[in-house]
Amino acid sequence: MAMTTVIPERRAYTPGELMVVSAAREIRDGEIVFVGMRLPLIAFVVAKKTHAPNAVGLFENGVIRCTPSPQLIYTMADPANIRNATQCLDMLGVMSLLQSERVHLGFLGAAEVDRFGNLNSTQVRGPKGVTRLPGSGGACDIASLAQRFVVLLEHSRERLPERVSYITSPGNGDGQGWRQRVGLPRGGPAAVITSKAVLRFGDDGEAYLSSTHPGVNVDEVLCHTGWPLRVSSEVMLTPEPSAEELNAIREYDKDGFWTK
Amino acid sequence: MSKLLTMREAIRELVPDGASLALGLQMEQMIPFAAGHEIIRQNKRGLTLIGPISDILFDQMIAAGCVEQVIAAWVGNVMMGSAYNFRRAVEQGGLKVVNLSNFAVALALQAAAMGVPFLPTRTALGSDVARGNEFFAKIDSPFEDSQSGESSTRLGGRGRPPLREQVKLHAVRALSPDVAIVHLQRADRDGNAHCWGNFGVMIEAVRAARRVIVVAEEIVDGDVIASDPNRTVIPGFLVSAVVACSYGAHPSPVQGCYGRDNAFFRQYHEQTKTQADSDAWLQHWVHSVADRQAYMNQLGGCRVEGLGVKQHAYAAQTDFGY
Repeated sequence: MAMTTVIPERRAYTPGELMVVSAAREIRDGEIVFVGMRLPLIAFVVAKKTHAPNAVGLFENGVIRCTPSPQLIYTMADPANIRNATQCLDMLGVMSLLQSERVHLGFLGAAEVDRFGNLNSTQVRGPKGVTRLPGSGGACDIASLAQRFVVLLEHSRERLPERVSYITSPGNGDGQGWRQRVGLPRGGPAAVITSKAVLRFGDDGEAYLSSTHPGVNVDEVLCHTGWPLRVSSEVMLTPEPSAEELNAIREYDKDGFWTK
Repeated sequence: MSKLLTMREAIRELVPDGASLALGLQMEQMIPFAAGHEIIRQNKRGLTLIGPISDILFDQMIAAGCVEQVIAAWVGNVMMGSAYNFRRAVEQGGLKVVNLSNFAVALALQAAAMGVPFLPTRTALGSDVARGNEFFAKIDSPFEDSQSGESSTRLGGRGRPPLREQVKLHAVRALSPDVAIVHLQRADRDGNAHCWGNFGVMIEAVRAARRVIVVAEEIVDGDVIASDPNRTVIPGFLVSAVVACSYGAHPSPVQGCYGRDNAFFRQYHEQTKTQADSDAWLQHWVHSVADRQAYMNQLGGCRVEGLGVKQHAYAAQTDFGY
């Protein structure tokens, strides 16, 4: 396989910043977005401040925001995320909007993502036995009911196994037609943004390598993926963050809590 | 009739061993830590904890040995990740866990609040969360025309009879906690209570529970509550006890009263990795303080002041006149 040699260089941004920017770019202007915990909190802010000023954020605690929160938040219920919100009600309200097909995009993190975009955030089996994780939260609901969802996680063989041992949040199950067969009304994974690459999904429901991050080659991605990952005929380079996007991150996450 | 009790009295009288308790219902805001700590001090045993996510309070009660079962969607430390006592208890087989999703927790409480045995939903189909789980059953919609997102008329095309497919659903079983404990900004002596901020699953949990303990930052006259009935989240007739407890939600925030003590959540993560460390943490922050006032004294005036509201943001006035 022909491969360009990549010379390691100091980059003007961190891997976390690249992941946040890549996630932000998945948000189209005007979309209704179900914002999850952690990195997506900041991806939503970056999208609002750059290319998607009309996006609306839904948070599972019951908050609906048309503006980014005025200061950095660590959880969706931080007082800054309540102040000047558009609406502040309850979980059933926002989950009802999700179930009734109003939400275009949802963001999720996970401990493991597999070949068909199924997510595990409940428990993982390792050489030392079972490790218990915090659980679904709203992830299972977002994966079940959003029009599409995007996953963020670190890239490693352990985190990307061929098959998750526990489906916390349903992706494409075992392939094409599975979601319809089990009764899920719509949706499925649109992208998996890792610390090395962006994976997307074919019509058959299986993930393929869509772009590699700057400084990462295709072999490195394949070598750190737990199944023989299909590679797009035109693997792209994940676009680097723009100055505007980096400013939006750094003005907000001044100490780099989420992105250092 | 005044329902005012001290925290000690409310927990002693209303939370027996073996009770199921709904806590942390407003997600990461207004978590009733003071009530949880009193439960630990009174050495309650065999409890079932119910809640959508629990930002370290469940972990503390598990560390203290109060808990037999957890019915929740997520248990951890929201800004830091895992909660070690929960994790250890599950891995060592000492804790029964019923895994739900957030929506399923809300639906289970809402079903009980409405007095029906279940509510239907389209969430979690195909997920292992629902597999072998007593709170989920697969059902088909009893109606031909679904009210769901992709209506058959839209998909059916012009001039052709619409495709009629049976809509698959999950029934989520009703869940009635023995006690719901809610922390909020203000209540009157009868338990009529105002809250503002995000509600999470508080309102349905209060209606679903057999008994409700309201813990308020401030006790006000009934006139204050009645002046703004849209802000009333709990009518007093559902309430068994009212407890006045300023700073009772620390380290979680209470909108308009105090912010989130992020450093406290970080320190908890660092200081509770083993059972011995967790025991020491509980000794310092729970057992060695008699009540919330003593806890706040231990936290220190400087730190408490730092959490205060920096810039007030009052809502526009509302005219209920006629």
